Amino acid sequence: MVAAALVSLAQGQSTQVPAAASVQPAPQASTPAPAPQQTPTPTQPATEPPAPPQKTLAVVVLDPAHGGADAGARGSAGIAESDMVLSYARLMRISLEAQGLRVILTRQANDDPSFDDRSRLANAQRLDIFISLHVSSTGPPGTVRVYSMPRMALTPNPAIAAHTGLLAWDRAQFGFIDQSRRLAELVQIQMAQRFRGSSETPFEAPVRQLRTVGAPAVAIEVSSVSVPDRAPLDQLGPGLADGVARAVAAFRTIYESGGK
Amino acid sequence: MPKGIQATIAILAALVVLGLVTLPGLRQAVQRLRSTPKTDEQSRREVMQEPISTPTDVPVEAQVFWLSTSTLNSLEPTTIQLPLSADPVERSKQLINALIARAPGPEKRTLPAEASLLAFYIQPDGTAIADFSDEISSAMPSGILSEQLAVESIARTLGANVNGIRLLKILVHGQEAETLAGHLDLYGLFPVPSLAAASAPVAAEPHK
Repeated sequence: MVAAALVSLAQGQSTQVPAAASVQPAPQASTPAPAPQQTPTPTQPATEPPAPPQKTLAVVVLDPAHGGADAGARGSAGIAESDMVLSYARLMRISLEAQGLRVILTRQANDDPSFDDRSRLANAQRLDIFISLHVSSTGPPGTVRVYSMPRMALTPNPAIAAHTGLLAWDRAQFGFIDQSRRLAELVQIQMAQRFRGSSETPFEAPVRQLRTVGAPAVAIEVSSVSVPDRAPLDQLGPGLADGVARAVAAFRTIYESGGK
Repeated sequence: MPKGIQATIAILAALVVLGLVTLPGLRQAVQRLRSTPKTDEQSRREVMQEPISTPTDVPVEAQVFWLSTSTLNSLEPTTIQLPLSADPVERSKQLINALIARAPGPEKRTLPAEASLLAFYIQPDGTAIADFSDEISSAMPSGILSEQLAVESIARTLGANVNGIRLLKILVHGQEAETLAGHLDLYGLFPVPSLAAASAPVAAEPHK
């Protein structure tokens, strides 16, 4: 059904942006409908069946976490997670736009949209991926971890799913777990190549921001704000931007070919 | 010199001597108070919270999961002597209190020292509900990694020492909270590993 929604969008049909209390189509094993029989006649030349609509990755939503009164993790030297992730997002935007992708930031300045507002922005795009950016207060400095949602944290309410075939908005990530994990793998391997000590395989964690995103979604967490000054964290920026851009390029190929 | 003035001078001199004698003690008391600032929560806990003990308490070797100092980003079980109740609810409270209060050092701590367990229940289906004071959020080091290891340390410690708990729900001051400290989702339930599985050392493992 998710695939059907993507298809309908690719065909130019309009869709309604889900509100916070609305529901989202649950993924279902799609059963292809039998194609109508086309019998060529002398007056009606044979036509090839229409090609399946192309799924095109068009938008990357970058989410610099926290902001405003919520600085997120804060180091003893006064480094704020909310500042660092905004500077990382601006660098990533440049690298991703160079690939012809449209890039949207969930915040442009020092404000703090709610989790649902950020998800709503992403869910309004469709055909997008979502990358949430974080800097931790712990962990080996200079390492990067990439997270996707674990399946268990999103198990749909069987009563609702069976009755309506719909998935609740608050578990919108459920239909994208496999794609998110694939994206996390691609990003994490890029991080491992650039930042010594980073794992080669990604992690799973129930990250709040990811739960309500109806698109492939990952969280990237850099360690850490607990450094004497922000210069080492600033130095990570170009590598992060380049690594994310390469991973998104690889994911785009998989996504647009319909693979997982 | 009039006798009244002499008496006044004598009294003042006595007061000065008394002040000089007591001054060092007062200074030490002020130093002590300055060096051990206490949060309201710590003070409240000292006054209000009696160590939990029940008639069925038996000293056992409990496995408590704190941060590993040898392997980064991971937990490791530490065996400590702890009087534990046979009642699963009381036993769980004792374990979580030990997880907070008996952390060997800041480098091994997973939960803030200021946090306290306000209530604990176990539902018939094996879902445990742990209600913590606000400090579980406000004093928690912010980050996906630290918040995940904090919840994991609770789940693993319960799993290693209490039978019958399958899932864990975390509340903050009696309410459902959106996140633990800005990242980890508290909307759902966390799996509690069985006794055997919980005993093994665990890392914030990458998924395969």
